[in-house]
Amino acid sequence: MSLQPLLDIRNLAIHFATETGTVEAVKGISLSLGKAETLAVVGESGSGKSVTGLALTRLLPEPPAVYSSGEILFHGHDVLKMKKEELRALRGARIAYIFQEPSTSLNPVFTIRSQIAEAIRLHRREVKDVDDEVAKHLDLVGIVDARKRMNDYPHQLSGGMQQRAMIAMALSCQPEILVADEPTTALDVTIQAQIIEQLIEIKQRLKMAIILITHNFGIVGDIADRVVVMFRGQIVEEGPTKRVLGNPQHAYTKALIECIPQIGQKRRRLTTIDHEALEAASTLKPVSTS
Amino acid sequence: MNWDDWLEDIIVVVSFALLAWFIVHGARSDRWGRAFRRLGQDRIGIAAGVVIAIYLMLGALETIEIPSGVNGSRSVLDLFSGRVPAEETYSAPLASVSLSTRHPKPLKGWHLLGTDALGKDVLVQTLRACKTALIIGGVTSAIYIPIGALLGIVAGYCRGWIDQIIQYVYTVLYSIPEILLLIAILLAFQYTDVSLFGHAILSPGKSVPKIALALSVTAWITLCRLIRGETMRQTERAYVSAARAMGQSHWNIITQHLLPNVMHLVLISLVLGFSNLVITEAILSYLGVGSPIGTPSWGNMIDGARGELSRDPVVWWTLTSATMALFGLVLSLNIFGDSLRRAFDPRRG
Repeated sequence: MSLQPLLDIRNLAIHFATETGTVEAVKGISLSLGKAETLAVVGESGSGKSVTGLALTRLLPEPPAVYSSGEILFHGHDVLKMKKEELRALRGARIAYIFQEPSTSLNPVFTIRSQIAEAIRLHRREVKDVDDEVAKHLDLVGIVDARKRMNDYPHQLSGGMQQRAMIAMALSCQPEILVADEPTTALDVTIQAQIIEQLIEIKQRLKMAIILITHNFGIVGDIADRVVVMFRGQIVEEGPTKRVLGNPQHAYTKALIECIPQIGQKRRRLTTIDHEALEAASTLKPVSTS
Repeated sequence: MNWDDWLEDIIVVVSFALLAWFIVHGARSDRWGRAFRRLGQDRIGIAAGVVIAIYLMLGALETIEIPSGVNGSRSVLDLFSGRVPAEETYSAPLASVSLSTRHPKPLKGWHLLGTDALGKDVLVQTLRACKTALIIGGVTSAIYIPIGALLGIVAGYCRGWIDQIIQYVYTVLYSIPEILLLIAILLAFQYTDVSLFGHAILSPGKSVPKIALALSVTAWITLCRLIRGETMRQTERAYVSAARAMGQSHWNIITQHLLPNVMHLVLISLVLGFSNLVITEAILSYLGVGSPIGTPSWGNMIDGARGELSRDPVVWWTLTSATMALFGLVLSLNIFGDSLRRAFDPRRG
């Protein structure tokens, strides 16, 4: 590994200043991402994982969001100090996103071809045959008969196909980091598996760094090299996927892993997380074994 | 030369340029091509389009002026209708004598829709009034639609202090009764004299473009509020954040992503607002601040005809002709607007 990681977050803290008070969403986290590495950020709703993801290119609306401390170094340049134009050149072109709801992430009045073509024209001016490039990327994400399907409007595609189109759009700008923010949450389980498989294939073929943000430990094991567990705006555990899944150190990680339903397990109710007991038991000190 | 005179010529040139642009753009864009093909299958839509085209033609014929006589000019429509003789007073449709119980006089010509108090042919007046209606509706829409749509989207998208300023402006304007505000603006225009580079931009007196200008001041408010609300709804949807995550600029998001998604509201407002504008012109004409006397306008005709309804025998043809002409335009605009909206709707298979 090179000395300088692709992405290096140091002591990042973000809070939301609203009329009713201040909410601390991220409380001084540090993490790094190497080239072609896949990092899973796991945590429940409100743990600050999505906020961290959006903060990478400063997508959070300011106000109310305030970056109170820390730095986000991408290739050694601090994103938090970048100008608007630099940020726009960064977004999509070098750090691309996939969001949770594929059905609303695509603009309903344009064909997927024109939406992907728009992204290519924006960031890759050198491309001559845009249609060919669009078809190539739709093909890459496993859309059969891409030449024909690219003229479809988003509502003509199924949820899984829409998410594939979104991934194709993100990939079309050849980013260095792909941030997948709950990419499978809105999809049913079989499609979830297909999308994750697709991401694994893309990761192997394109050697791209992926940050997978999810609340579901079930999908992490196959794809991630490393896992970061977030709880209430802090990183509570960090380590290689196998180690974290096989031998979780932190009480919260254990609780999260126990929440994955197992086939064949005889249980009347699904496990839930008892937050009060968790807080009483632990001091929420981060555990790191990387 | 007064700006009122050349404004009309500009409108004709700009309208045809816009039409040409639409056709060229439509031929290139896939989305438009598809919409045009769908429109081609919509027979009622085509019929409405043809009716609108006829109205536009009549308006154009009345606007285009050709030199005639010494230092004078007449519109093409005027030239065509020149053979219809003027009578002395009222006459019923297809009548051979003037409408007078005591002294019915034989008429000089044949009038399909009769004549009005001054003996002018009602059909000719109705046709000539197309120009006024189209200028009022067209110019006002051309001014207020871009303003209303843009401010609405900007307010809904940017929120914060920008939204508050725009809201403040339209709430203040909205709090004044519309008719009073229009009268105030028109009265102010009547006594304003503005010159730029030696050309009179606003000269005192009444004129049709001044009404259009005044109507634009109030007309954008409704559209702006509508668009602002819809934009707020659309901004919540993920494609806007996705566009931002893709590195699109705010301006691109507003014009490329949000505008197409609120365009159906703009189209509907344009069509429904058009009839409203023509009707408001009629009200203003009645109140004495509208079209200058002598300008053929459906509003003037309807207002003039109200008193005639109490005569015996009833003079119904002026009111009927003007109302039917207005009705025909409004109806075909509505049908055509609806067809357009359907043709552009991607959700239709």
